[in-house]
Amino acid sequence: MIRILFTIIAGVLLGGVVHLVSVLALPRIATQDAYSRLTPITKLNAVTQIPAADPGNTLMPYLDPAVAVAVCRYDLSTGPIKLSVPVSQAYTSVSFYTRNELAYYAINDRSAGKKVIELDLMTEAQHEALPEDEDITAADRLIIDSPSTTGLIVLKALAPEPGLMAQAQASLANSSCQVQVDQPPAKQAEVPVPLPAPPPAPRGRR
Amino acid sequence: MTTTRGTELGTLTIGAWTARPRIGTTDIDPYSRATITRNGELPIGTGDGIAFTARADDKKKPLDGRCDVVVSGVTPAARFWTLTLYDNKGHLVANSLQRYGFTSEEIVRGADGGFEIHIASRARAGNWLPTGGIERYSLMFRLYDTPVGVATRTKRDAPMPQIATVGCP
Repeated sequence: MIRILFTIIAGVLLGGVVHLVSVLALPRIATQDAYSRLTPITKLNAVTQIPAADPGNTLMPYLDPAVAVAVCRYDLSTGPIKLSVPVSQAYTSVSFYTRNELAYYAINDRSAGKKVIELDLMTEAQHEALPEDEDITAADRLIIDSPSTTGLIVLKALAPEPGLMAQAQASLANSSCQVQVDQPPAKQAEVPVPLPAPPPAPRGRR
Repeated sequence: MTTTRGTELGTLTIGAWTARPRIGTTDIDPYSRATITRNGELPIGTGDGIAFTARADDKKKPLDGRCDVVVSGVTPAARFWTLTLYDNKGHLVANSLQRYGFTSEEIVRGADGGFEIHIASRARAGNWLPTGGIERYSLMFRLYDTPVGVATRTKRDAPMPQIATVGCP
C-alpha cells in the first residue's frame, strides 16, 4: 500500500519537474520562434520589409493585415545601433524584442512626439561606456538599453484602409537601422569616413 | 497542450474577449512566453497596444464560420482599432473580397456612432466579414495607442463589443 502511494507521489513530482523544465526551457530551445523564422528573410542591422499578411503567407501567425511591418534584426556586438523611422500618416510604432521574443520596449509616434522616431539602441555596457560630457545624452535622442546583444526591432505603420497599404509600406521603406560608426571609446576629434548612408538618415554632426 | 493554448495566468476577460496585458512587457508569465516562442509569434508591445482574442460568443458558443455572428456595440478608447478573423492556426482565411478584417476608420457606422459587423459565409449588407465557411475561427481585436493595459480591470475601463450568434443553417 505504502509502496503504491510512494510510486504515485514520485510520479506526480517527476511530472511536475518535467512540466516546469519544459515550459521554462522552451523559449531557449524553440527552433520555430519568430527570430528563427525571420532570420532567412532579413538582413542583419538593416531594415527589411515583411511581406503583407495574406492567407498564403504563413511566415508568422496572427499578423495584422491592416499593418505594414518591417524588421531590423540587430546585433550590437560591433557597436550601438541608430534607428530612424519617419512617422506615417496614420499610426507608426517601434517595438523591441530580445533574441527570445521578450518585448522589452515599444514606442509610438505620439509618445515620440516628432516627425521622425529616432532612437539609439545599445547594450548596458555600451551605455555605461558613453562619455558623460558628450551632448548626445541630451534629450534630442532617446537611448534604449537592450537586455540582449541580438534581437528584433519591429516597425509598424497602420493602413487605415486597404488602399493606403502601399503608402504605409513606402513610409517604412524610408526608415534606417545601422551600426553607429562615429562612436567612442576612442575620443577622436573628427568623425571618421561616414557610411554610405541612405538619404533620409539624419545624422547631426557634433 | 499548455504551450499551444496558453493558460489563464494574468488574463483580462471582458465579455467574450480575453487579453494578456503582461504579454507585451518583461513581466510576461512563463506559459505565455513558451506559447509565443513555440507558435513563432511576436507579442504586441505594451507601448504599442493590446490584443484581445475571442473564440466563442457572449453565450460561450464557439465561433462557427457557418453561422451568422454579429459583433456590435462600443469600443475602448484608442487611436485606432482593428478586428481580424483567423483560423485555428492564426492564419488569415482566403475569400474573394480579400477582406480579412476591419479597422476603426473603414467601418460603416450608424447615426449614433455604433457599428455592427456581420461575420458570415454568405454576403451581408453593411460591414461583412467573410468566414469562408470554416468550422472554427477566432477573432482578434487590437487596440493601438490606448490607455487599456496592465492597469485595466473591468468592463468600465474597457467596454468591449458584444458577440452574438444570430442564426445557424
